[in-house]
Amino acid sequence: MGAAATSVITTEKLTRSFGSQVAVDALTVTIEAGEVFGFLGHNGAGKTTTVRMLNGVLAPTAGSARVFGLDPTTDGHRIRARTGILTETPALDSRLTARTTLLHFAEVYGVPSHARARRVDELLAQFELEKRADSKVGGFSKGMRQRLALARTLIHDPEIIFLDEPTSGLDPVAIRDVHQMIEQLTHRGRTVFLCTHNLAEAERLCDRVAVLAQGRMLAIGATQELGSRLNRGHRVSLEIEARDIARAIKLFAATPPVSLAEAVTDRATVRNGSATIVLHGVSRHDIPEMIQTALRHDLRLYRVQPEEPSLEDVYFALQEL
Amino acid sequence: MNWGAVWAIARKDAMVALRTRAVVLPLIIVPLVLMVGVPVLVGLISGMATQIDTPSTDMEELTKALPSGFAEQYAGLSDVQAGYIYFVLYLFAPMYLVLPLMAASVVAADSFAGEKERRTLEALVYTPTTDRELLLAKILGGWIPGSLVGLVGFVIYAIVADIMTFYVAGRIVLPNPLWLLLAFWVGPAAAALGLGVTVIASSRVNTFQEAYQIGSLVVLPVVLLVVGQAAGAFILSDWLVALMGLMLWMLNVIIFALAAATFRRTALMARL
Repeated sequence: MGAAATSVITTEKLTRSFGSQVAVDALTVTIEAGEVFGFLGHNGAGKTTTVRMLNGVLAPTAGSARVFGLDPTTDGHRIRARTGILTETPALDSRLTARTTLLHFAEVYGVPSHARARRVDELLAQFELEKRADSKVGGFSKGMRQRLALARTLIHDPEIIFLDEPTSGLDPVAIRDVHQMIEQLTHRGRTVFLCTHNLAEAERLCDRVAVLAQGRMLAIGATQELGSRLNRGHRVSLEIEARDIARAIKLFAATPPVSLAEAVTDRATVRNGSATIVLHGVSRHDIPEMIQTALRHDLRLYRVQPEEPSLEDVYFALQEL
Repeated sequence: MNWGAVWAIARKDAMVALRTRAVVLPLIIVPLVLMVGVPVLVGLISGMATQIDTPSTDMEELTKALPSGFAEQYAGLSDVQAGYIYFVLYLFAPMYLVLPLMAASVVAADSFAGEKERRTLEALVYTPTTDRELLLAKILGGWIPGSLVGLVGFVIYAIVADIMTFYVAGRIVLPNPLWLLLAFWVGPAAAALGLGVTVIASSRVNTFQEAYQIGSLVVLPVVLLVVGQAAGAFILSDWLVALMGLMLWMLNVIIFALAAATFRRTALMARL
């Protein structure tokens, strides 16, 4: 995203309460066109409520939002014509077939009649549902339902795609397919608003993330940027011969700038007959010196890896604040 | 108005409802019992009664309660024969309204509350329709099948009733202006009333059964009509039926204006 980026979503102190419960608390955020924006939080953090407000199907109790420059409270139908929403539950009628479902929504979303059948066939092929196209949704597996719901979300080729927990309950193959689909969407310049509590997914796919807890936004930024804000220092992990572990911990604990050397359980290295120790306070610039120290003391090194704070570290650190 | 979306939602609602057992069963059983069972049963009893010598009725007293012109039109028939024709044309007429009312109610209950129960409402709410378009689509989705069931019921009733009146009295009596008014003017209005009440109820409850039970309450005025006429409080005439239809349509205008003014998807989603 450069200077030419245009904002497609902006919120200003957007708030929604249900009685005394504040679901979204003064959310202020700007999302640029073409961005994959991650909205992270536990269940009940306010992710779904925010999506509903941005699409004009739930009114805010305070604050404001603009999507494509339009106000969702008055122009919701114009916004929804340009957005696609994958809801947390697939919301599919089990009495319809996959093809009928897509044809119905194509008509509702105003896909021209001459293009509907072709568009439906494209999506059925893209989501590998052609063989079950004329079967009733009631007999579909959870993964198939999710794929059909995704196809429905894209039926009118929306500019912004809201995905609420898109991989929840899916098997690894289906998850990989969803991730590939999100990457394809971004290559085509689409904006993706990804609500998830899957941190690895957010780290892999998102340009920026916002971390929510109890309706409040705790942090926003690129994942690396958030990591650098986390004051945990740097770490390096070393995989060494298992029998050398006590000697290695003693050696590195006395080697500057290491502040702490500790053994960690890593089943993969244990199976290999090796062990892993983590050196705290050591950055990637110190790695050559650490390697030389190990070699000088006849330690056999199998792997050296600098460890940046992951999104998971950031997430849990923020939740603890 | 986004008519394409409105028509697509209405058509899908009607189509899907008519494939649902909980909807289709009452739509088959009620017309069969009402429009076929009742006239046949009463006709068979009347037919048997014509074979028995019964003391003649005080005709002067009876004609006081009959619609004007009825006695002249069916002069020469026995009391039992005239009584059956009176039953077919007048006594049963209010019962017919149960059909479009019930049909529209059951489809409408499946519409909003059924969608909530099946958890499909959210996908619909996110469509690029305005609140009014969504409401109109839901209304049409119930009204069209409700009215159609009413009209089909009328045709079946006319055929069955004519067979039975011919069997009992050697006469064919339907269609007549009163029943045509009932079928084409009052019936659709009754269907609209049934679904209006049910759609409003549906947006406030969470299951098909709850919505259907509340919507069924609109049948009560029909029961009053049946009882009132049977008790001799009034007799349906062409004018009275036309006026009844007009009043129902006016009531519908008020109900739908109220529904349009109060229906908000945001309120619906706040309860989901």
